[in-house]
Amino acid sequence: MMKIWSMKQKQQQAEAATAGTKKKKVTAAQLRVQKDLSELSLGSTMRTTFPNPDDILNFTLTIEPDEGMYRGGSFHFSFVINQNFPHDPPKVKCTQKIYHPNIDLEGNVCLNILREDWKPVLNLNAVIVGLQFLFLEPNASDPLNKEAAEDLKTNREGFKRNVRSSMGGGNVKSQTYDRVLK
Amino acid sequence: MVAAVATPPVLNDVSQDRARWKYLDNILTRRGPFTDEQCNPGPDLIETLSKAKVLVIGAGGLGCEILKNLALSGFKDIHVIDMDTIDVSNLNRQFLFRAADVGKPKASVAAAFVERRVKGVSITSHCGKIQDMDEEYYKQFQVVICGLDSIEARRWINATLVGMVDMDDPDSLKPMVDGGTEGFKGQARVIFPSMTSCFECQLDMHAPRAAVPLCTLATIPRQPQHCIEWAHIIAWEAERKEDILDTDDPAHITWLYEKANARAAEFGIAGVTYSMTQGVVKNIIPAIASTNAIIAAACCNEAFKIVTNGIASYMGLENNYMMYTGDGDSGVYTYTFLHEKKDDCPVCGNLARNMEINSELTLEEFIEGLAERPEAQLKKPTIRTEEKSLYYQAPPALEEQTRPNLKRKIKELLEDGEEIAVSDPAFQIDFKFKMVFSS
Repeated sequence: MMKIWSMKQKQQQAEAATAGTKKKKVTAAQLRVQKDLSELSLGSTMRTTFPNPDDILNFTLTIEPDEGMYRGGSFHFSFVINQNFPHDPPKVKCTQKIYHPNIDLEGNVCLNILREDWKPVLNLNAVIVGLQFLFLEPNASDPLNKEAAEDLKTNREGFKRNVRSSMGGGNVKSQTYDRVLK
Repeated sequence: MVAAVATPPVLNDVSQDRARWKYLDNILTRRGPFTDEQCNPGPDLIETLSKAKVLVIGAGGLGCEILKNLALSGFKDIHVIDMDTIDVSNLNRQFLFRAADVGKPKASVAAAFVERRVKGVSITSHCGKIQDMDEEYYKQFQVVICGLDSIEARRWINATLVGMVDMDDPDSLKPMVDGGTEGFKGQARVIFPSMTSCFECQLDMHAPRAAVPLCTLATIPRQPQHCIEWAHIIAWEAERKEDILDTDDPAHITWLYEKANARAAEFGIAGVTYSMTQGVVKNIIPAIASTNAIIAAACCNEAFKIVTNGIASYMGLENNYMMYTGDGDSGVYTYTFLHEKKDDCPVCGNLARNMEINSELTLEEFIEGLAERPEAQLKKPTIRTEEKSLYYQAPPALEEQTRPNLKRKIKELLEDGEEIAVSDPAFQIDFKFKMVFSS
């Protein structure tokens, strides 16, 4: 062991010495999230909200699409990041009940990089770009809300009408949706 | 082989009660071709080994093997920590446990068993989480051997051991030997915290858990496992949102099993069973006893060589990562290599440096100063402590929420000696500073 230590001392000579009292250290997950947050490109259609600014691992993302079928809506997603990030993906859920082929009534989101295709090299920006894309191009081939997907596939105009009425807080096929208009 | 020896020869300096350790003593008292120059074989080395205090983290599949191996390798002061209790499904490979032990804490049962079988060994058990122990606790050991099954726990102990390294105290450098197995595959590695590539540097060696797209689960399940995952992720949430799923509660697993079974019937899929449900929900990868034995043996060999100061050359400085695969398709194979340290590793790549600061300054003045300080030169820094977000340049909401801190004094925001982490878009890596108040 002493051999290891003498090697360590040699290694250290080139670097600045460390000392001092031991306090709680910023965790690896916090560091990574901090980095990801500084690189977010939110543009004019997205914003974040931090219920507790000291806790950057829990926040809400609001997407307000300015084009596409969901234009005029304001959609909220909760981001819950654990200490295993970026090994584990962030847990993302829509907090409103919305009519969307890739989002179920509980708010689960079908986005490949949130589950099967997540890799630690991906960052939070990749996730928000993915979410934004779901509103521009809802995808009928990966359905979580089967009825919505079926509508989109068979009757695009009818689907658009359903989107409008659901966003206003109306009913689509016996389901009442949350009002999400700005 | 001689069938019987009437009286075993007694060496001068090794007493009769060392008979059990005859072969071990042969190694410890003779110089071999791979013995380090600084290692002194002889009676002192036997004593060094028996006095070494070692910590074993985990008393499960690997832990049982490790405890047994250490005790039989001449270690006499072993500590073990584990938070789990014994489950009936552990008994096939966790050989220190018997049916009557089911429900008891793993650490204490394993310790008692080994103490009973290997006289003279002391095993101190601790039933609890590694996170509940502080640096003082970890400081008492000479080497830490991990037989863990979770990445989270490994990251925690790794960061703790790296953070403990203190240049003024040689005793603060704790070598970490980490074993891991998954089915027929496994790895053993040696980490000299802050000197060699750490667990965080090697994080990408672990493939994230394979997952099935949510939409497959929701719409077109093809396999019995899909039906179980559906019950686990979607049905539970939809129907029992208020209950927290306890994967150890048979009633909960039964509920999921019945849901999965009904869904499988609906789609004409056969093969959903209760034990498959348990396996999928708890993400159980069948553990193979032989993999555990091989990996634990490698870990204990390394610990032995480190504690004896190099009776044979140990892994760590040159090669530090041994991977093993014993799966039928690719044959039995091991490969040992050097995993290099990452300069931008968030744990060991940039250990906190001291920064002297006048605590009467405001955060804003401090940030302006950062741009000029030669050791930082940061123009757009984002700063936090473990507890607080001090100032964020982005996103806008967070900037606005942390802006009031700019006018506050350092001493109102920080304690003397507290660590801050600074990121700046101009740099790939983050900086950590230990803030030392100069007034």
